[in-house]
This record gives sequence, C-alpha cells and structure tokens, in this order.
Amino acid sequence: MSDVVMQIDGKEVKAGGDMTVLQAARAAGIHIPTLCHHDKLEPFGACRMCMVEVETRGRMSYVVSCLYPVAKDLVVRTRSERVDKIRRVILEELLAHAPNSPELVELAREYRADRDRFDKDPSFCILCGLCVRYCAEVKQKNAVDFIERGALREISFIPEIAKKECWECQECFALCPTSYAQAAYFLTEALAFPGRRKASAQSA
Amino acid sequence: MTRLNSAAELEQLRAGILSSRDPAKPCIAVCAGAACHGLDSVRVAQAFQAEVAKLGPGAGLEVRVTGCHGYCEKGPNVVVDPEGICYFEVKPEDVPEIIACTLKKEVVERLVYAHPDTGERAVHIGEVPFYKHQMRLLIGDNTRIDPMRIDDYLALGGYGALAKALFQMTPGQVLDEVKKANLRGRGGGGFPAGLKWETAKNAPGKDKYVIVNAHEGEPGAFMDRALFTGNPHKVLEGLIIGAYAIGSHRGFIYTRHDSPQLICHIEQALAQAEEYGLLGENILGSGFDFRVEVHYDVGIFVSGESSALMRSIEGNPPEPRPKYIRTSVAGIWDRPSNLNNVETWANVPQIISRGADWYRGIGTEGSKGTKLVSLSGNVVNSGVVEVPMGTPLRTIVYDIGGGIPGGKAAKAVHFGGPMGGSIPANLIDAPLDFDELAKLGAPIGAGGLLVMDEDTDMVDVARYFLEFLTNESCGKCVPCREGMRQTLKVLTNITKGKGREGDIARLEDLNDVTGAACLCALGRTASDPLKSMLRYFKVEYETQIARGSEGRSGNAAGSAAT
Repeated sequence: MSDVVMQIDGKEVKAGGDMTVLQAARAAGIHIPTLCHHDKLEPFGACRMCMVEVETRGRMSYVVSCLYPVAKDLVVRTRSERVDKIRRVILEELLAHAPNSPELVELAREYRADRDRFDKDPSFCILCGLCVRYCAEVKQKNAVDFIERGALREISFIPEIAKKECWECQECFALCPTSYAQAAYFLTEALAFPGRRKASAQSA
Repeated sequence: MTRLNSAAELEQLRAGILSSRDPAKPCIAVCAGAACHGLDSVRVAQAFQAEVAKLGPGAGLEVRVTGCHGYCEKGPNVVVDPEGICYFEVKPEDVPEIIACTLKKEVVERLVYAHPDTGERAVHIGEVPFYKHQMRLLIGDNTRIDPMRIDDYLALGGYGALAKALFQMTPGQVLDEVKKANLRGRGGGGFPAGLKWETAKNAPGKDKYVIVNAHEGEPGAFMDRALFTGNPHKVLEGLIIGAYAIGSHRGFIYTRHDSPQLICHIEQALAQAEEYGLLGENILGSGFDFRVEVHYDVGIFVSGESSALMRSIEGNPPEPRPKYIRTSVAGIWDRPSNLNNVETWANVPQIISRGADWYRGIGTEGSKGTKLVSLSGNVVNSGVVEVPMGTPLRTIVYDIGGGIPGGKAAKAVHFGGPMGGSIPANLIDAPLDFDELAKLGAPIGAGGLLVMDEDTDMVDVARYFLEFLTNESCGKCVPCREGMRQTLKVLTNITKGKGREGDIARLEDLNDVTGAACLCALGRTASDPLKSMLRYFKVEYETQIARGSEGRSGNAAGSAAT
C-alpha cells in the first residue's frame, strides 16, 4: 500500500498505508502510552490507554490507535483534555487492582490518577492479556488463557499444558506488568506438578 | 410437496391452497406464544383439538395453534376467525362452550374483554382497546398462521414479494426500493438498512453473507421472539430478498440456544421452504441460489452484538472486535457480512410487494413504518405492541397499555433495556421516533418499553441494569469491565445507604469514560441508563447519597456518646 501523509499533534507525518496510528506515531517519535500492546503480538485493543482523538472529514472521534488504520489527511491528537481524562480514569480503575505496579504508578504520575479513587480489589492482574496472547501467538502453546467473563474474568494456566510446556519457557513472566502471571503459574505448579521445583533445586 | 420452478407455479400452488379453504369456516386460533405457553395454553389447545376430533371430519370448524397474538397480559389468548372474536384468559374447561357457541355463531360473553373501570365490553379484535390503537402490519398475521405450516403463510400471499423481486426486479432495483423506503435497523442503532446493504453489495469479494440477528438477549425485549416464532417465513422471505439484492448466496440465522419453540419453527420453515424450492439452488427457477444455516449462541448477552455474533458464527468466542472496518465490508471470515435483526428483515417483503411509497406513508419524517414494542413493567396491559412510528408514548402506555395499575402515577418510561435510557413521565407525549427519543436520552434500542410507577427507586433501576451488564460484559476491555464494576459498587453502596460525598462525580467520570472508550456498543451504551438518570433524576441520587452520609455521621455521633 502506498504511503499516506497525515498529521499527528500538529506534525506532518508520512506513514505506510498499512500502518496503524500507533505505529505511525512511534515511527515519527511520538509517544502514546499502551498497556496491552506488544510489537510481536496482534493488536488487542483492550486496555484503551492508547486512545487518541482523530478528525476525519470534519468529524471528531476517539479511537484506539493500536487498531485504527492510518488514512490520508487524518488529523490525530495524542493528548487533549478528554484523552487525558480517559487515560486517567482507566488508570484509576486499574490501580484498584494493582496499586503498586511500577508501570501503572509511573503513568498515574503523568496523568494525575488517584490510586485511591475507587474501591480496592487487589486481584493484581489487569487482564492486559500479554501472557495469554504471547503464549498463543508467539509460542503457540495456549498454556494460559482467560476464563470467565465480565467482572469475573481472570487468567488461568491450563494445568495439563502448563505441566508439559511452561517449565522450559516462562517467557511470559517478563511481559507481565504486575507479576501476576508468575503468581498464577506458581499456583498451577503447586496444583499440577508439586515438588518439581524442589527436586530440580536439590539435583542442581 | 412439489418443487416450484417458476413464479406461475407458486401462484398456482397458492390458488390451490386458497380454493381448498372455506373463508367462512370458523377457525379458532389458540396462542402458543411464550407468555400464553407459560399460562398453560398447551392444555387449552389440546382441549380444542380433542373436542374438534370428537365432532369428526364434518366438524364445521378448525383449530390453529399459533404464535403470539400480542396481548400477553390476558393469556391464554384465543381468536375466532373470520370475525376476529377475542377470548381472554381461556381455560381448558371453557373450550366446549366456545366450540358450541362458535358453531351457533354466538359469542361467549363472559370471556370477552371488559373494561376494568367501565365494564364496557369489546368483542372483536378491532374493538379491544389493546389492539385498536395499533397498526399490526408485522405481528397481525400471527393469529392466522400455524408457524409449522408454510401453506398458512402462502395463503396470506407469502413469498409473493420474493417472486416479484426475482422476476420483475434487478438486485439494484430491490436495493433502491429498500433505500427509498428508508427502512432503519430495528436492532438498536436505527442505521438505514439500505445503506448497509449497499456497502455489503459494493464491498469487494465474491462470497458475501447475510445474517438474521435473532439473539434478542435484552431483558424486557420479547417482540422479535414473538414475531419470528409466530411467523418464521416472513423473516426468511425478507432475508432471501436481501440476499438477492446484495448478491449473497449464504445466510445465517443466529439465535438463542434456549428457545426450543423458536428453533423448531425456524428449522421447519427452512425445511419447508427448501422443499418448495423457495430456498436452496435455483430458487423458483430464477437461477438464484441461496442457503441458510442456523447457529446458536453460547448463552451470553454480548453474543448479540454484531461483531461478537460474527466471531461466534466463525466458531470463536463471542468477543466483539473494533469496527473501524465495518462488518458489512469485513465480517464473518473477513468477508462482507450484512446483519439485520428479525424485525428489520420482516419489513422487507411488504416494502417490495407494496412499494417504498406506501411504506414511506407510515411513520415520521425520519422514522418510517411501524415498530414492535415489548411493553412491560408497571402497566396494566403488558404484551407485544405494534404501532406506527411517531405514535406518542402516551398512546402506548395509556391507550394500549391501559395506564398504571393500582391508580398510581407514572414516574418514568424506560426504553432499550440495560443499554437504553429513562425519561420522566412529563415527557410522555414524546413520539416513538429514533431521533427524537435518542435526543431525549431514551433511544428506542431494540424496542423494550418498561413503564415505572411513582414508587420506583431510580438508583436501584440503574443498579439493576448495571448488575446485568457487569455479568454479561465479555470482560475484554478495561472501561467496560472495570468501569461497570466500579459503577455498580458505587450504586450498590448508595442503595444500601452507604453513599459518600463525591459519588456523583465518581459516577459521572466512570460513566463518561465507559461511554467514550469502550470497544463495542455494549460497553459504550452501558452508560446510557445512568446518563439519563443523572440527567432527569439527579436530585433523587443526591438525596439518597446525602441520607447515607448523614446516617454515617449520625452513627459516629451515637457511638461517641456511649
């Protein structure tokens, strides 16, 4: 696809025709915060932190830049009062689950999010799905997945697969913004193959 | 059944069906719609069938088990045609008397409608207040059709519109007619169906799909089920016409796994239509091929959202995906997929057979045709209502619905279920119109109208809807999952007298972001009920919050004193 010229934060930006707004912004050195995005993974569009204001044919809307395709003459604003408010409230909602996640704490500072705004529910997981999608898309093992829906949604390792696949991998731990993936995995270990860690430490 | 190979053969078949029927012979239609079914209409129908069997072949009357008649409040419903005599709350023991009177051309006076205040009687369907203010273009045929028999639909002119479209019109002309009629989607958004069809038609790709969204998972909405269960061929005919216009050869009906009666009727309709050659290869000898398959949901509300529904048909979990590229361009398996709901498809045959000009004569400037409404809540007559667009809500609630029970005053009317909005009773003269009601903050949605009386706690209403949606959200995106979780907590606290200062601001922020930032329409519109509450009933919220704060400071003072 041919290149398009568009505007991001008042700056003229040339982007590949098949890029998303997030890719175009990053290529132009413009920062947009994300929590569920990873370059190796398909865009997920779940955390909504990367929302930006776009104007096309005089109509303004709020879209997630990780999925929104670039277009000729598109006008993008990565910061505005409203964009900042969306990010602030999202952060406040997530801080109710993981009040000490370094990534969240840093973003909270930037967007003046109050981590005590909402009732705490320290589940630690913010359901960004990085572990789930990395395991499915990159490792193609599907050892960890979402279970339940709505407010009950959580991640869970599938013991049968985890037993075979996770010991040698554990690559998802480093992706997790809250260390919850690790915690969930250790719980699975304790349930599905207890003793292996101790045995391997003793034999080492 | 023989396969029909031309429009002429269809008309021959129709003439044969009509000539075998005596229009003067009484036909007793027993409603087997969901509400009447729940009131044991099966036993009523069985009693009729047993009595008629006793009379033998020369009985001089027949019994028809039909879909929903509409007046759910007074079921089991029985209508005796050709006069259209309505009997209400019929019990199996009433059956011999009804049969005896029908044969004598008499009316069973004790079973006809009597006005609750004046006692004034109404015998015929056109005189009963619940029916007489309606315009029943879509649901009206329900009393004349046994949904298991395609011949009943053919007897009423069924599939005539399909024959007209296939043999007298090009696909482009069909599309133009629907566009000209300004048929707007009945599923919630009110998007012009013709424009959607056009997008799918013009989208690149050979394989295109058409879909009937028959999910109707919204609490308080039961009109699509009533229409589709009672008259499956009307929807199917609309779908086939749409497929022809768009250039699709494969259709899907997506419905609930837990509606056995509906599923049975749909499957029978598909089988019978196929046997007659109205579906499948070379429809009516026109050269147009079209097949339909039925898919079932997995029991969650969000599967009715169009992109989630398409994911579900693909065999994936029903999670919505962002629609920056429309599903009419990239839907099921990324192919152009045109989805309309049951009622939208059901409107198509009459637009083709009677023309866009006729259709445009009904309704308002921006909203044409009739609209089915599921009327429930604090209203005397609940049921399925069909009125022309533009009808004042007052007519629906008072003239058709019979007003508020117990002599109470109305407080609010709520449209669109958990993703709709409430407007106060002083706006009840507003017209049933997509745009007018959206402006007031109570978009029609799918058409569930809930009436609330003066005793209704508006905080609790919002809490109830949020509780439903919190469980039904797929949980993928943060502002939906977390926004609703926190909103529900705040609302629950207020209803328990634990409101805090700042709750209104908290609710407004949460609601604002949920409405703006969610991935799909479920999330974005989940904020609508509360938005309307804070627009019209804020004082009630503030009072309840203040009561909570006072309660706490009172308690604190009390404990300090001891």
